[in-house]
Amino acid sequence: MSVVHELATSAASRAEGLAHQRIATVVMIAFFALAPLVAYPVFLMKVMCFALFACAFNLLIGYGGLLSFGHAMFLGTAGYASAHAAKVWGFPPEFAILFGTACSALLGLVTGLLAIRRQGIYFAMITLALAQMMYFFYLQAPFTGGEDGIQAVPRGKLFGVLDLNNAWAMYSLVFAVFVGGFLLIHRAVHSPFGQVLKAIRENEPRALSLGYDVNRYKLLAYMLSATLAGLAGATKVLVFELASLTDVHWTMSGEVVLMVLLGGLGTVFGPVVGALIIISMENYLAQIGSWVTVVQGAIFVICVLTFRRGVIGELGRLIGKPL
Amino acid sequence: MSEAALLSVAGLNAWYGESHVLHGVEFEVPRGEVVTLLGRNGVGKTTTLKAIMGMVARREGSIRFDGTQIIALPSDRIARLGVAFCPEERGVFASLNVYENLLLPPEVRPGGLTVEQVFELFPNLKERLASQGTKLSGGEQQMLAIGRILRTGARLLLLDEPTEGLAPVIVQQIGHIISRLKAEGFTILLVEQNFRFASRVADRHYVMESGRMVDMIPNAELESNLEKVHEYLGV
Repeated sequence: MSVVHELATSAASRAEGLAHQRIATVVMIAFFALAPLVAYPVFLMKVMCFALFACAFNLLIGYGGLLSFGHAMFLGTAGYASAHAAKVWGFPPEFAILFGTACSALLGLVTGLLAIRRQGIYFAMITLALAQMMYFFYLQAPFTGGEDGIQAVPRGKLFGVLDLNNAWAMYSLVFAVFVGGFLLIHRAVHSPFGQVLKAIRENEPRALSLGYDVNRYKLLAYMLSATLAGLAGATKVLVFELASLTDVHWTMSGEVVLMVLLGGLGTVFGPVVGALIIISMENYLAQIGSWVTVVQGAIFVICVLTFRRGVIGELGRLIGKPL
Repeated sequence: MSEAALLSVAGLNAWYGESHVLHGVEFEVPRGEVVTLLGRNGVGKTTTLKAIMGMVARREGSIRFDGTQIIALPSDRIARLGVAFCPEERGVFASLNVYENLLLPPEVRPGGLTVEQVFELFPNLKERLASQGTKLSGGEQQMLAIGRILRTGARLLLLDEPTEGLAPVIVQQIGHIISRLKAEGFTILLVEQNFRFASRVADRHYVMESGRMVDMIPNAELESNLEKVHEYLGV
């Protein structure tokens, strides 16, 4: 009886709490479904890839309290792996993406086992060091093409039928990957697993003394984040038909921090909005060259000084509901 | 060591960094009893609880829970054996509401209370079901912190100053709860400064001074030893 009651109460309180998030999700999906009618599809695909990357990063810092400064290694590793699989081994796109994602998941397991033993700045430094090691490995490794990267990666036919050289087919795939990844993260955050993560972020000794093996939870969160960052990287390679050192460089790890902070750390939609803002700036301000970095830096400073919760965090505070 | 003791501590030493805090603490908690640790501030009462829970990094000696040596185990393993700790600062998770805080603890052994049963013990909590942890009063946070560890099915409860800073009526309510838990077979180790409260609920009192156990007074003899107790506690 009590279990039924618990479930009913839980469902009721969740439904009430999540209704506005559901509406916001529908708005966001509708935006990405309709935007290609007015905006350049490749630009939007780039936004969605980075949005998924930022969501994956946010899962780790926003809910697990772990600031990784080496997330580019997952984006780039999956990129190189899927590019190599598609171009050299002739994998169809779905398997190339899966293979790249699996490589990042594995890298997540190995680096996670090393990194989660430490917290705060040490965790960030370990992840940065590991990511730099991966960067120099990809710079030297013969299969990555060094400075040239892997170019002309074939998009191929999805499931053998859907030709991804068609812009709409490619857009649909990226759209599906992004929405799928986003909903998966949303689900994870609101599951019991997500509650335990929040508890660990807030008071780790307390979670430990309640009987949770916190390192296992952190490792799971880290791996999930790495896997989804990999999914974003593998998909991005198919969009641009290119895997390059840019994706494993430390500036990429920094960019994702910027996206998440600007959009709203620990919010559901913040990373998406942050990615949209940063990619738009890079795209539409491209003619001012390196000054984009200066503008980004200025925006970052303004964000930290005046609206620390980020765009979505502040919006959520205004309407009094978490977004 | 008597057979009946659920918890026996012997030769327990603990350090915070360089400072040696516990010096060979020795005591036991018989099954089904309520035992208090009395003493002034800074004598090592809380450290003793934390050492039992595996939350002090450097500890030596022997802590046996139900016959199992737990001195070297990490916190989560100790919790899974059936020991639960309710810290002085309560540690209610602020980002979760009352209901989520109650759902969070893992069931470490069969026999944990259902959320309904926790609400029966603490009717106030039921009214605050959807409130965030931060929006609760001190008394409500304390009830939530106690209710939460009852969910796990733990048999030994370590309560660190559950009455500190609470209104007399709430203190009385917590006293009733402790007596009721004892009647239901829980074993409780209580850290208290308020020995008047302790005398109403406990079976025996251990007195600590500078990281050592200096005395044990059965509750029945507390009244005749009042002067000694006053001296120990400096009241």
